[in-house]
Amino acid sequence: MDLKTVSTHHVPVRYLEGGSGPALVFLHGAGGVTADDPLLAELAKTHHVYAPLIPGYGDSEECPEIRDMLDFTLHTWDVVAALGLTDPVLVGHSMGGMIAAEMAAIQPHDVSRLALICPAGLWDDEHPIADLFATLPFEMPALLFHDAVAGAAMLTAGRNVTDPNFLQTYLVNNARQLGMAGRILFPIPERGLQQRMYRITAKTVIVWGDSDRLIPPVYAHGFKKGIAGASLVSIPEAGHMVTLEKPPLVAEAVRGLG
Amino acid sequence: MKFTWFNLMPWPYLPDDFREKNRSVWVDIDQKLFDPAKSHEVYNTYMDLLEYADTLGFDGVGVNEHHQNGYGIMPSPNIIAAGLARRTKDAAIVVLGNSIALYNPPVRVAEEFAMLDCISGGRLVAGFPVGTSMDTNYCYGQIPSLTREKYNEAHDLIIKAWTTREPFAFNGRYNKLRHVNIWPRPIQEPRPPVHIPGGGSVETYDFCIDNTYSYSYLSFSGYLRAQALMNGYWKRVEERGVDKSPYRAGFAQTILVADTDEEAERLYSEHVSYFYNRCLHVYPGFADAPGYRTIKTIQTGALSQYAPPTGGYTQLTWKELTEQGHVIAGSPETVRQRMEDLIKGLNVGNIFCLMHVGNMPADKCMYSTKLFAEKVMPKLRNMFPDWEDDNRFWTQPLKSRVTSGSLPKQAPTSAELAATYGVEA
Repeated sequence: MDLKTVSTHHVPVRYLEGGSGPALVFLHGAGGVTADDPLLAELAKTHHVYAPLIPGYGDSEECPEIRDMLDFTLHTWDVVAALGLTDPVLVGHSMGGMIAAEMAAIQPHDVSRLALICPAGLWDDEHPIADLFATLPFEMPALLFHDAVAGAAMLTAGRNVTDPNFLQTYLVNNARQLGMAGRILFPIPERGLQQRMYRITAKTVIVWGDSDRLIPPVYAHGFKKGIAGASLVSIPEAGHMVTLEKPPLVAEAVRGLG
Repeated sequence: MKFTWFNLMPWPYLPDDFREKNRSVWVDIDQKLFDPAKSHEVYNTYMDLLEYADTLGFDGVGVNEHHQNGYGIMPSPNIIAAGLARRTKDAAIVVLGNSIALYNPPVRVAEEFAMLDCISGGRLVAGFPVGTSMDTNYCYGQIPSLTREKYNEAHDLIIKAWTTREPFAFNGRYNKLRHVNIWPRPIQEPRPPVHIPGGGSVETYDFCIDNTYSYSYLSFSGYLRAQALMNGYWKRVEERGVDKSPYRAGFAQTILVADTDEEAERLYSEHVSYFYNRCLHVYPGFADAPGYRTIKTIQTGALSQYAPPTGGYTQLTWKELTEQGHVIAGSPETVRQRMEDLIKGLNVGNIFCLMHVGNMPADKCMYSTKLFAEKVMPKLRNMFPDWEDDNRFWTQPLKSRVTSGSLPKQAPTSAELAATYGVEA
């Protein structure tokens, strides 16, 4: 995947691009996405993949003007337009799934294929979603992965945690990335999608890891119920980071959209 | 010098094994540990102590705002301040402060502070903290990376509401108000003095300088550790080319006085330990919501004071806590010397004296407070003679003020009223 830049109304946007085939836009979760992401590699085997970074993620410029759900939704449509894409396959993971669902609800005629991978956006009092913003780094793997040990290794790969500058860099990245994510996820990751979901007309697949402990799989039913004709693909032995734990199975579910 | 007697109002009944059995004193503290019936006495004793400080000649009595917090049972400092406004005579009512990003609309703060200023005869010092991440984000649900923007708007609205003499429309991002016209408004002109509690956010330095507000560093780790932060503030003051009046700054310090250093340790060490070991037990996941601190501030290395030092506070003994300056404690002479070091070293004119600590009982607190007021405070009065007349950062009360209880003992009779008002023909 190559890291490139495209101009939009608000800010220049960084995006990863690779592969060939029908256009596919991938929207990352609150943890961001990098060029070596295994799901992007998998999707790039059959699709021309574009994975834009939300402003503030990675090395991209921050955007103070993007404050609420509508801002995020319209901005991401601006990115799709700036990339010159028409009706790409729209795929989103977690927070990215929330944004993708909102995009499909707001401009239903511009999205015909939608894949939501354990998306945020709904809230059920009976099954509260864990507070990602009060979770310490060492608690993350157990929350995010089916296999916490392997997950911890993936999260720390390539990072020198003994470097004295590591903590400051980590805090700055967190402030930039989760600070931005917090605008639609804090303190409750719900901004009214429930009452807009009915507008989605895209052929939709919902993908969920069976052992997702951040957004429990019960939420899949809320999305299935809210989006007419949506199908559900459950993936065993995978947590919230099903994108890292089972990328081939996720990609297969996306390809099923045609 | 301005000495404000300050009470955080800690809950004094946290169990011995609080730290082991609970993950946090703040945000998700166990409901069962609060006993409303016991709080009746706790609140009234704490308010009595604040009133006592007024009778001893402290310049101010101070209260602050915390939520869902075992060491600060004052979610609404204005309620305590209202009681103090009635029951104290001369001390400034220092509300440090109201977390103005939390109020919808913030006009409410402009109104309540105006009421406090009116009831107290112009004795209000108004504090506007951004608020801790625990209070603002985790308890009150404000979005971390938008908190400062909302705070700034709330500040502008309050100041405008205090100083504008006709109704105005306010089209903010977070507040849409067609008719702002607060009634009452404060006695003090053009507004009550404003103090801004800060924890090292560099943006806050400029904000204070721009508006002639006093910058207050409310730390629990004492004056020695505060030096670097306050140096940063004074450096900024110098860069901006404004005067270095010590009243541009305030500092909170735990202070405990006894006859001798030994007596201080004997009387107070368990209460200090209660505060530093139990009350500051904050779950690190609540210390600093991502986006709450600006990038610039993180890059200066200012971490939340609620991020505990390696190993935690439990390993700190009385000796370490006093030697490292977390706590200034000892005989009047010991305390005087150390207070002089603090005042000169940090160049601070406003001292927020944390004279009640942890689970300290009222009798010990009175003893320490009286010794400080009589044997230490007078010797520290004249630290900054050059700035004696600087009244930009303190109250300007009415010269003639009423106090509570001014009604006659009995209701008048009909005849007395007739004598006063005449009889209608």
